[in-house]
Amino acid sequence: MVRSAGPGEKRHNLHLVDGSRVAVIGGGPAGSLVSYFLLEMAERSGLELDVEIFEPRNFSCVAPKGCNMCGGIISETLVQNLAAEGINIPSTIVQRGIESYMLHMDVGSVRIETPLQEKRIGSVYRGAGPRDLKDSQWGSFDHHLEQLTVAKGAHVTRKRVVEVSLDDDRPKIAVKGEQPQFYDLLVVAVGVNSAALKLFTGNGQGYKPPESTKTFISEYYLGEETIEKTLGDSMHVFLLNIPRLEFAAIIPKGDYASVCLLGESIDKKLVQSFLDSPQVKACMPDGWSSDPRSCQCSPKISVGAAIRPYADRLVFVGDCGVTRLYKDGIGAAYRTAKACATTAVFEGISEANFRRHYWPVCQSISTDNSIGKLSFAVTRQIQKWRFARRALLRMTEKEQNSAGRRRDMSQVLWDMFTGSAPYRDIVTLALHPRFLARLAWELALSASPFTRAEN
Amino acid sequence: MGKGDLGKTYSDGEVITRQGDVGECMYVIQKGKVQVVVEKDGVETPLRVADEGEFMGEMAIFDREQRSATLRAVGEARLLTIDKKNFLKRIHKDPSLAFQLVRTMSKRIRELSDEIARLKINLNREQAAIDERENSDY
Repeated sequence: MVRSAGPGEKRHNLHLVDGSRVAVIGGGPAGSLVSYFLLEMAERSGLELDVEIFEPRNFSCVAPKGCNMCGGIISETLVQNLAAEGINIPSTIVQRGIESYMLHMDVGSVRIETPLQEKRIGSVYRGAGPRDLKDSQWGSFDHHLEQLTVAKGAHVTRKRVVEVSLDDDRPKIAVKGEQPQFYDLLVVAVGVNSAALKLFTGNGQGYKPPESTKTFISEYYLGEETIEKTLGDSMHVFLLNIPRLEFAAIIPKGDYASVCLLGESIDKKLVQSFLDSPQVKACMPDGWSSDPRSCQCSPKISVGAAIRPYADRLVFVGDCGVTRLYKDGIGAAYRTAKACATTAVFEGISEANFRRHYWPVCQSISTDNSIGKLSFAVTRQIQKWRFARRALLRMTEKEQNSAGRRRDMSQVLWDMFTGSAPYRDIVTLALHPRFLARLAWELALSASPFTRAEN
Repeated sequence: MGKGDLGKTYSDGEVITRQGDVGECMYVIQKGKVQVVVEKDGVETPLRVADEGEFMGEMAIFDREQRSATLRAVGEARLLTIDKKNFLKRIHKDPSLAFQLVRTMSKRIRELSDEIARLKINLNREQAAIDERENSDY
């Protein structure tokens, strides 16, 4: 029920009207949030939409049936943004509030406290939990978002979409065993791990999925009490000189610890050398063994931006469009989902509308990722040079141990690890002459033979 | 405080922010209730009690005035802080982020208008009663 473009009519005149049907393929955070905001904004402007989410997985099931393969960190920025939108994340969903980050290196470890002494980062499970979970007091984050969307009026169809046709005037999609249905707008939010992406490549729309790389995530059952004693309410991040390892973290959850590795061609050997490192052993309980694992997966993550993630009545949101480099993927899903919904309700659903109002948000994430790549290149150098690691440790320790001191390095590391700030802000702070002067001083001290002997 | 609780927990009667302080953030009540109290000439007047999900101290986001009231936890309350500086930055990029806040402020203006109307009606009634008494005395 869209005012269709007639012959000769310009395509930017496509709009959603009362009774328009929207299909959303994928019910993860991007799919749920785009549906939520479509319905919320339609309600604000007195529009009645019919939103249907196609998601074969039931996120309230334990892995892998309900899992969305992710480290499961809700960033500080996202927690605040969602609260400002009226979406508060209940304690039954947050496995653990994170109040500090522990940075581990071969030269020592340092705790970086949250700037406000308040828990504003949450660790969650995207599904109900790992494979061997028997009983849990926590729920799934993705299921929670899906329920909020259903409460807004969306319908969820637990079936896999097997056919998409964009040749007619309106998108046509079919689920297994059923007749194809026409929709006025098709939103694709399938991430980069779904086979459904193949439905959109090479169909003449010009869409090309983003580049991706493999990660590694594994879950270890430790029990709530042991987690409390060992990992506590801190996320543990590692800067170790292991080739191809870009970033590694151990995230405390309710009864489990999630190990996440990011890097280039992550394989068994790399995973094992990380798990066997003395820094990891020191975080985990005495006698801990890296085998057996409760659950493990090697999902792909997007490290680039899709080409042409929009067309008339078609738009890609979340990871299959663009996401933030290595961090805050759910935050990027929120931003793209909201930009998509705002465009569709208030501007229109033509290619021109999405290019003008939706694409700039994707581009800003993409541009920031380029700066992020630069930041990670610097981090790689720090990983390689022991004296640089020592300088970083000393600078951070001094800031954390003296009250009232400017905490520039702590802020840079906090934002880098938590994904709370854009990479542009992190680099701006790191290029400040005061920061550079202090870093140069610490580097000189660390490189000096006297200090090395002292250490 | 539970392991999955986000924000900061305040005990019964604890002051969250005090009237006259400079506000650099607003709050969203995650759990419990918060009392809004105005202090004038050493006398405390409770204005209202806010519930779970409500925004508090939101005026600090838009002006640079001192806090107009004291916020105090009623029972145990948990609040999430939203930083002014970062929030304004995000509103600049996505103005619709302020929609819920504007809706809350609009609701409060409506409630205040109702309250002023109610007070004025009461005042007029009292004045009329005084006038009537004075007329009958003559």
